[in-house]
Amino acid sequence: MYTQALDMQGTEGAGPDEAALEQHFLARVDAEEKIEPKDWMPARYRNTLIRQISQHAHSEIVGMLPEANWITRAPTLKRKAILIAKVQDEGGHGAYLYSAAETLGVSRDQLIDQLLSGKAKYSSIFNYPTPTWADVGAIGWLVDGAAIMNQIPLCRCSYGPYARAMVRICREESFHQRQGYDLMMQLAGGTPQQKRMAQEALDRWWWPALMMFGPSDANSTHSGESQRWKIKRFSNDELRQKFVDFTVPQAKFLDLAVPDPLLRWDVDRQHYEFGPIDWNEFDQVLKGDGPCNAERLAARRDAHAAGAWVRDAASAHAEKRRLRRADLAA
Amino acid sequence: MSTLDVSRQWPLYEVFVRARGGLDHKHVGSLHAADARMAIDHARDLYTRRLEGVSIWVVASKDITASDPSETESLFEPARDKIYRHPTFYEIPDEVKTL
Repeated sequence: MYTQALDMQGTEGAGPDEAALEQHFLARVDAEEKIEPKDWMPARYRNTLIRQISQHAHSEIVGMLPEANWITRAPTLKRKAILIAKVQDEGGHGAYLYSAAETLGVSRDQLIDQLLSGKAKYSSIFNYPTPTWADVGAIGWLVDGAAIMNQIPLCRCSYGPYARAMVRICREESFHQRQGYDLMMQLAGGTPQQKRMAQEALDRWWWPALMMFGPSDANSTHSGESQRWKIKRFSNDELRQKFVDFTVPQAKFLDLAVPDPLLRWDVDRQHYEFGPIDWNEFDQVLKGDGPCNAERLAARRDAHAAGAWVRDAASAHAEKRRLRRADLAA
Repeated sequence: MSTLDVSRQWPLYEVFVRARGGLDHKHVGSLHAADARMAIDHARDLYTRRLEGVSIWVVASKDITASDPSETESLFEPARDKIYRHPTFYEIPDEVKTL
């Protein structure tokens, strides 16, 4: 029902009515009311949400790949079952988010097309490789941990369908983070080789995880309006700081070293100071030159192509059944 | 990448889940499926992975008729001043019991 009759709304013709509508819209946002699909909204709000929600959905879908890589090689049946459940959740999160994006008047096929054509962006973190089993733990602990930090405020975002999808997602993400930390605890408390694996995984994922919060506030292009519209509640740097403050003690508990020589507790600020982030690397990966960009997209395209006959068969079967029912009714 | 054949996009279904026996089915989200039967299967996988429900309804989204947000006021405002429809409108002396 959400995707009907939306194409006509929110087109930017700034007549006198438009200004009044925007006033009313902003007043509702200020009053913490939720904006729903059929409500009037500025075209820029709609487009910002389509971009953000679809990028988020693509990230969930591509995010299945680095870990799915380890399902067949999980060391125990328990770990394998956990990992399958987690990867299945990521697929589910992608589906919730695509549905939320569709309420804004974009079709699922358009969204998939944008991902497969390489036009759409997704989180740069998923373009890093997972060479050892410990990476599965580090992803759950750090990548899902950073994702939770980003996502919890989104549960209160002004757009109803996005907020509701995020509530469901956050409930499930917590399992992801805890299973990852549990895996890291086991490795860090294991043989010296296992502990070294855990340390190397932390070394690989620490900085990319910090980059997940996006450019520093000074260079963040979309932040101002998103905060005004209550899509975004905290700045990138605020969330990044919070993540570091939460995560450093967790690394200490594992007796692993955070790979940042400048990291230190600042007594006055009551926060951790941390070293500069390599934004060149971030830009490279985002532009498509990360270690696994080509591989990830190729995997998605192959999966889509390989599943085509299943989708076709399901459509044909549904059509056959529909015709049979129509025959019976005639 | 070629553009997908839009006519083949599976229709959208709205999903309603009954969390426990005795409760109403509640809207939980939507999904695409080739037909209603597949929509049930997908809804099972998508919305009840953690014992969230004991029963699922799916309805083709195109079959739902919704009230128009621009008519919210005319539809719902008239109930606002009819406070006598609530039991709390009536003051009953304390001596009168079980009323």
